[in-house]
Amino acid sequence: MTRYVAAPAASLRLVPLDALTLAYHRPSGITHVLASPAPELLAALAAPADLATLLARLQTDYDLADADPAALAERLAELETAGLVLRA
Amino acid sequence: MGGGLKDARILVDALRDPTRTAALEPEGWTALIACARAEQLVGTLAERVAGLPMPPRAAELLEAARRSADTGRTAALWEAACAARALAPAGLTPILLKGTAYVAAGLKAGVGRSIGDLDILVPRDRIDQAEQALLGAGWEWVKPDPYDDEYYRRWMHELPPLIHRERDRMIDVHHTVLPLTARITPDAAAMIADAEPVGGGLAVLAPADMICHAVAHLFADGDLAGGLRNLWDIRCLIDEFGTDGLAARAARHGLGRELARAVRLADALYGSGTDLTLVDRWYVRRLLARDGWGRATRPVTRLAFYIRSHWLRMPPLMLARHLLTKWRKGGPGPG
Amino acid sequence: MRHAHHLRIGPVGFRIGSDWRAPIDAVADLYRDYPAPADGVADYTVRLFAARPWRRWMRPAITLGGDYLLPDAVPMPLAWGVLAAEMAMNLQLALGERRYLLLHASSVERDGRAVLMTGVSGAGKSTLAALLMTRGWRLMGDEFALLDPESGAVHAFPRLISLKNESVGVVQAAVPDARFGPLLTGTPKGDLRHLVPDARAIAMAAAPATPAVLLFPSFGYAAAERPVPPSEAFVRLTQASTNYTALGERGFDALTRLVQRVPARAIDYPDTATAVAQVEAAWAAA
Repeated sequence: MTRYVAAPAASLRLVPLDALTLAYHRPSGITHVLASPAPELLAALAAPADLATLLARLQTDYDLADADPAALAERLAELETAGLVLRA
Repeated sequence: MGGGLKDARILVDALRDPTRTAALEPEGWTALIACARAEQLVGTLAERVAGLPMPPRAAELLEAARRSADTGRTAALWEAACAARALAPAGLTPILLKGTAYVAAGLKAGVGRSIGDLDILVPRDRIDQAEQALLGAGWEWVKPDPYDDEYYRRWMHELPPLIHRERDRMIDVHHTVLPLTARITPDAAAMIADAEPVGGGLAVLAPADMICHAVAHLFADGDLAGGLRNLWDIRCLIDEFGTDGLAARAARHGLGRELARAVRLADALYGSGTDLTLVDRWYVRRLLARDGWGRATRPVTRLAFYIRSHWLRMPPLMLARHLLTKWRKGGPGPG
Repeated sequence: MRHAHHLRIGPVGFRIGSDWRAPIDAVADLYRDYPAPADGVADYTVRLFAARPWRRWMRPAITLGGDYLLPDAVPMPLAWGVLAAEMAMNLQLALGERRYLLLHASSVERDGRAVLMTGVSGAGKSTLAALLMTRGWRLMGDEFALLDPESGAVHAFPRLISLKNESVGVVQAAVPDARFGPLLTGTPKGDLRHLVPDARAIAMAAAPATPAVLLFPSFGYAAAERPVPPSEAFVRLTQASTNYTALGERGFDALTRLVQRVPARAIDYPDTATAVAQVEAAWAAA
């Protein structure tokens, strides 16, 4: 099973604002505007995890009980394209 | 306006020997910065003169240029990483060319350099795969023009330019070093075979090939626009890699004469000076055709180089057809 | 070049060169009270030139040039020399500025605290700024505000105020004794007239201010106001900045700090009198 991990903390500046979180990604110089569940995903991936483990973490730690695995995989792919999530 | 500001000598002098800027008056700094911006060398200049005495405002402007080059370097390396990621599933390792290659390999030529599009080299027989992989990863054709598109595919050394739809950055995918119409035909296969990995699924040309490519780019791939910058690249590469085996490699690529001329020009403008031929002097005249207001000067010399650059890479009849098509469309003439 | 003038607007020095005397005379006259570039070094060079030598005399047309330019700039009649110079100076900042985060916003200041007003063209940025100037505010600029990433302060850019169409009459009525440039008719933006900022705006041009409130005005609606959350302000300001991306992490720091510290409000207004009252209330409340 593929395992994922958030980009190293030193490569990312996260600034939570009201409903959204701003993320400055140092390796690309690109600013991302993140909506839930992207910030939670990044936090849950501080340690590497596969999709099933990630889903379990989101449910226990972030109260995302209704997280849909297919939608989650899609968000994950977007974050990976942006360089915010890497393959572990 | 002083006589020193009639051409780009002020910029060349500052790059060769930064301490010479000590003699500049404030208006000399304004002229130097305008000239460097016009020649895309302001980041390089900023690195060269950093720490030397100068008016505080000049220091602030150059510090901003230095930081701007840093930001550009980050963006260029990221774009290269994205291309590598897109091409990896097809088993392709893109070979970086020009500015991105210099910064990826940590070379002096990359310090402070402005970097525009991403240029990569892939084997000619893999070009269709590269095209498909990039189109599948978010790159799109820049406005297709039927004539230009056909021209590119038939005669040029690259795919028509692609742009990434989200990052808004261009990529030029080359499969050889000069247009197929050019009279000089460097051995791209040999360059690809000897390319050296730099990590991250990317490669750069071997040192001698990198110099040969820069030489080809300086003389045959344009009308000497941006020539001072390209010549600065060559000067830095030679400074860093030396010239062992270089002449032989250049000869193999059919670039022996061009390399010799580039070395003489680099010595004359950025080095300790050397004897120049009459033709060399004509090149110097073209390279320095920029005044202290940042204006392109010497229109007749520029026109001659513009026409010559097309003559170099196309048979005469095709040249007539090309210039006519461009002219009808009001396309680029000598700037 | 044949004719030249040097000037400084806020912290930004310009060297303007021209093939003709008239545009330089006009610029030098309107900007006569402005200082020279700091340390004698211009941040940007601007060129007004004839694209072909004979265009200097035959149906003379000004082509814009400079350190930074958009391709395909359309030449303009010699009579529009001031407009040409202004456009070329704006372009240098929009494309070349790397020290400050450039916000497409007008700004006014009182007690060292600045109101920043940003919005699309037609939202009345320039008119509002000009009217506030006549009501005791220090004008900082009608087009660009320069945010300093290091200090968080905003620097003034009090160029000539660019009034268009109906606002020409509105502002002329408010300040009949002010200095105006020539009325330019039939420009791509309609009728246009430049207003010289008042003496205080010019004298204090080098003084930065602390941003106090961010406003997003919209003209042509019933008077209304709503707070703008920081995330929306951030996104709108990145769109109102030409150099946000080019500044990299410094731009990110500057802008996140601004939207976290400074309250933002959207104001809809039916007429400029209402808008002036809304701006003054927003500043007082911030």
